[in-house]
Amino acid sequence: MNHPEKAMMRRSGRLQLRNDMAAWLLLLPTLIFMLTFSIYPIMRSIYLSFFRLELGMRTPEPIGIANYQYLFHNYLFKKVMRNTGISVLLTVIPTMVIGLLFALAVNRRSRMIGLLRTAFFYPVVMPMIAAACIWKFFYMPQLGLISKTLAAFGVGEQNFLSSRSLVLPALAVVYIWKDSGYLMVFWLSGLQGIDQQLYEAAEIDGASSVRTFFSITLPLLMPTFLFVSTMALTNSLKLVDHIMVMTEGAPSNGSTTLLYYIYLNAFNNFDQGIASTLTTIMLVIMVAVTMLQYLSTDNRIHYN
Amino acid sequence: MKRRINSMLLSGFSGLVSLLWLIPLVWLCTTAFTPPEYSMHLLPHTMPSLSNFKYVLDIIPFWRYFINTVEIVILTFGIQFITVSMAAYALGAMRFRGEKIMFLLIFIQLTIPNDVLILANYKTLAAMRLTDTKLGIMLPYLGSAFGTFLVRQSFKTIPVSLSEAARIDGCSTWSIIWRIYVPCSKPAFVSMGLMSVSYHWNNYLWPMVVTSSVENRPLTVGLAIFAKSKESGTQWFYVCAATLMIIAPLVIGFFIFQRKFINSFISSGIK
Amino acid sequence: MKKLLAVLLAVMLLIGLAPVALAEDAIELKLFYPVNVDGPLVALIEKICADFTAENPNIIIKPIYTGNYDDNIIKLQTAFEANDQPDMVINLGTNRFSMVYSDYALCLDDLIASDGGDEFINDFVESFMIDSYVDGKIYSIPFQRSVNILYYNKDMFVAAGLDPDTPPTTWEELIDYAQKLTIRDDNGNVTQWGVALGLSTGSAQWTFTGLALQNSLDGSGLATEDGKAVLFNTNENIEALQFVIDLQQKYKVMQEGIIANGDLPTMLKEGVVAMIENTTGGMTSIASSGINFGVAMLPGPRRNGAPTGGGNIYICSGIPESHQKAAWSFIRFATEPERVAQWAVDTGYVATRYSAMETETYKTYLENRPQAAIGMEALKYAAPELTVFDCAKIWRIFNDYVQAAIIGEMTPAEAMEAAQQEATAALAKYQ
Repeated sequence: MNHPEKAMMRRSGRLQLRNDMAAWLLLLPTLIFMLTFSIYPIMRSIYLSFFRLELGMRTPEPIGIANYQYLFHNYLFKKVMRNTGISVLLTVIPTMVIGLLFALAVNRRSRMIGLLRTAFFYPVVMPMIAAACIWKFFYMPQLGLISKTLAAFGVGEQNFLSSRSLVLPALAVVYIWKDSGYLMVFWLSGLQGIDQQLYEAAEIDGASSVRTFFSITLPLLMPTFLFVSTMALTNSLKLVDHIMVMTEGAPSNGSTTLLYYIYLNAFNNFDQGIASTLTTIMLVIMVAVTMLQYLSTDNRIHYN
Repeated sequence: MKRRINSMLLSGFSGLVSLLWLIPLVWLCTTAFTPPEYSMHLLPHTMPSLSNFKYVLDIIPFWRYFINTVEIVILTFGIQFITVSMAAYALGAMRFRGEKIMFLLIFIQLTIPNDVLILANYKTLAAMRLTDTKLGIMLPYLGSAFGTFLVRQSFKTIPVSLSEAARIDGCSTWSIIWRIYVPCSKPAFVSMGLMSVSYHWNNYLWPMVVTSSVENRPLTVGLAIFAKSKESGTQWFYVCAATLMIIAPLVIGFFIFQRKFINSFISSGIK
Repeated sequence: MKKLLAVLLAVMLLIGLAPVALAEDAIELKLFYPVNVDGPLVALIEKICADFTAENPNIIIKPIYTGNYDDNIIKLQTAFEANDQPDMVINLGTNRFSMVYSDYALCLDDLIASDGGDEFINDFVESFMIDSYVDGKIYSIPFQRSVNILYYNKDMFVAAGLDPDTPPTTWEELIDYAQKLTIRDDNGNVTQWGVALGLSTGSAQWTFTGLALQNSLDGSGLATEDGKAVLFNTNENIEALQFVIDLQQKYKVMQEGIIANGDLPTMLKEGVVAMIENTTGGMTSIASSGINFGVAMLPGPRRNGAPTGGGNIYICSGIPESHQKAAWSFIRFATEPERVAQWAVDTGYVATRYSAMETETYKTYLENRPQAAIGMEALKYAAPELTVFDCAKIWRIFNDYVQAAIIGEMTPAEAMEAAQQEATAALAKYQ
C-alpha cells in the first residue's frame, strides 16, 4: 500500500471531507473547461442529431432518427465514409512503419544522427497549412515539381489532385511526410526503454539483427505500439487542414473525409441537424477505435 | 560482418530518405527568395531577393497575425500551467472520493479531440459572445487533459515525505504545489510547454472557425486565406515567402534546440 | 515569482479583452470586406475609409478583412447568428436572395430616394445593377466588380501562324485555334496547351455561367431570375459541359482533370498555356509579368456571354438608424465617380459607373492599358453568375457534379440531371 492510501485510512470523517473539498477545488478550473468544451458539446451533438435545424430556422424540430436514416441511404455519406476509411489506412500504417524505421535509424551511435533527426522531425513543427501550400504546388500539373520529375523519367502527365483514384494517396503522402517524424519520437521513447543487456546477450548468442528485431525489439515495443497507434489513428481522423487548402474535397468530393464533411454541413450548408448527426457518428467511431485498441493489445503487452 | 553491412545499408538508406524529406524545405526557401519575374526551380538560379517578403509584408498584416499568435500561444500555456499544476496535484498526490469520475472525464477528452466538436463549441462561444476573440480561441484548450496526465505522471514520482515535512512546517497545500511539486517537475513542464506551443502555433481549423477579423486572426489562418484567394490567382512566390515567414520561428527554434525538443516529445510519451 | 507571472497574465488578458472607448457622439461603422484581387487592396480600402473619416470626423469606419468571398459569407452568417452583425458588408451580388430572405440586408430604396435618386442609380452599369434587385427593390450598390474575359499570348499566336489581333469568337474557332496552339514534344507530352478553363471547387459555377450564357437559346444562365429554380439540365447546358469535356478528351487541347481557377494566371505567365478565361481582376498581375498578352470577349456559339463577379456593398439590417444614415453617406462617398475610377486603376476591377469612365483618371488609364477597355465591352453581354437562395449549398452541389462529369464518374447528362434534382430538393422550401 502506498503512502497516500495509508494517509487516507488514518483520517477521520471530517478531515476526509476537507480533503475531498480541497481536491475538487483544485480540480475546479480544469473541470469547468472540460465540462464546457468537451462534455457539453458531446451531449449537445448527440442531442441535436435527433432534430432538424437548418439555415434560417429559429427552433429545432424533433424528427427522431430521420437524420440517421437519411445519411445511411445517402450516396455522398457513403462516399465520405469510404474516403475516410481509405485515408486512414493510407496514413496510419505508413506513418507507423516509417516512424519506426526512422526511430531505428536514429537510435544508434552515428555521425549522421543530428542530420537525420532534423530532417525527419522538422515537418512536425510547421503547421499543416504550410505543408499543404508547398505540396499543392508540387502536385500542380506541368509546373509542379512532381510533374517535372516524372517528365524527366518519361512518365506522362498526371493531374493528381483531380484524379479520382490518386487524390487520396496524394494527400496521404503529404500527411506521411509531415507526421512520420512525430511518431518517430514516440517509438524512440519505447526503444530507449528496452534494456541494452538483452541486445548484448543476443549478440553473444550470434543472432542476426533481423532476428533480434523480431524476437526482442518488437515484442517489447508493444506498450509503445498501443500508444503510437492510438495517436496515429486519432491524428489521421482529425487532420483536415490539408484537404481544405489543397482540394476542398475535390474532385467531386473524392477527397472529402468525415471531419471535413462535418465542417461543410456546419459552416457551408448551415445544417446543424445533419452536422450534429455526423459528429455523433464520428464520436462513436473514435470511442470504438480506442476501445478496440485497448482490448486487442492488452494481452500482448510484455513487460521487462 | 553481416551486422556491419546491414548497418551501412541502413545508414545509406536513411541518408537518402532524409534528403528526400528535406526537398520541400529547400524548394520553399528557393522560391521565397526568387523574384516573381522568374520561373520556379528547385535550386536557386538567381541572386536571392527580398522582394517577395517586402510585398507580403505590405499586403498582409503579418505583424498583427504574428502578435496574435504569440499572445494566444503564451497565454494558453500560461493558463494551462496553472490549471494543470492544480489538477495534477489533486490527481497525483491526493486520494479523494469521486476521483474515478475525473479520470473518466480526462479519458474522454483524450479520446475526443476538440476539432470533432467545432460546431457545438462554436455555438457555445456565440452564446458567450466571444466569437472573433483570442480568448475564444483559447478557451477549449485551457483545461488540458493531456497536460494534466503528463504532469501527474511526474508528480507521482515525488516522495510524499517531502510534502509531509512541509506540512509539519506549516505550509498550505497551495504552497506545497508551487514550492515543491512544480519545481521538481521541470522536465514535464518543458515537455508540456513545447507540445502546447507547437500545437497552438500550428492550429488552424478551430481558430479559422472562430475568427473573422485581422485583430484576432493567427498566422495559420492568415496564410490559408492568402493562399486561397479566388480571383487573383495563386501567387506562388508570395505564398512561399509568407509560408517561410510563418514557419521560421518554430523551425529555427527546433534546429537550435533539437535535442531538447525531441527529448521533450520522447519523455511525454510515457504511458 | 509565480505571483508575478500570474499578475502579468491577468494584465495581458485584460488588455487583450478591453474594448476601445469611443468619443461621445462618434459613430463607428464596421465594414466586412473580402479581398480577392492582386495588389494592396487592404491599404486601398483603408485609405477610402480614412479619407471618409477625414471629411466626416464623427463617423469612423472600421474595415474588417474577413478573407475571401467564401470566408466572408460564413463570417457574416455567423455574426448575424451571434447578433453581432457589422454595419456594412461587401458581399457577392449572387447572395442577394439569401441576404434578403434571411433578413440580413436593408432595403435601400428610401435612402436612395432621400439622397441620390434615379440619377444616381441610372449611372451604374446595367449588368452590375442586376445583382442589386430583389422583388423590384434595391438592396445593394455595385462596388468592386469584374467580368470574365479571354486572355491570350500574342507571341504564341504568331508562332502558330495565327493573327494576334484576331482572337476566336465562337466555340468552333476556339477549338480550331487551340488545336493549332497545342504543342507536343517528341515523347508526345504536351509542353503548351491551347486553352484552359478553371472548374475547381468554388469556381465551376463562375466559369460555367459564361458557358451557359454563351450557349443558351434565350440568354439565360444557370438559374431563373427569381432565384428559386435552377436550369442545370437544359440541353444547352449539358452541351456546354460536353464541350468542356471534348476540349479535354476529344480535341485534347486542354489539360485533363480539374484545373484550379487560381492557377490560370500562373499557367499563362509561365507559358504553359496559350489562352485562358479569367477575370479582369487578374490583369494587373498578368501585365506585370511582361508577356505580350491580348484580351478579348469570351467566345460563344450564340453570343459572347460572360459572368460578372465581385462584390456589392450592402447595409445590414438591424442596425440603429443613425448608423444606417452614416453608412449610406459612406456608400455615396465610396462610389463617387472619381473614386470609382481610381479604384479601377488601382485594382483592375471594372469601373461600375458611366460617369467614372468619363474622368481624366480613367481615360489616362485606358491610354496606358488599352486592354482594360475590353471590360466595358464584355459587360454588354454579361450577367451574374449562379444566383439562387441558399447559394453556398447549391454552388457546392453544382461544383461537385460538374467535377464528377469531368473526371468521368458520370456522363454530362447524368451529372446535370443529378445536380438539378438535388438543387431542386434544396430549394423546395423557398417556393
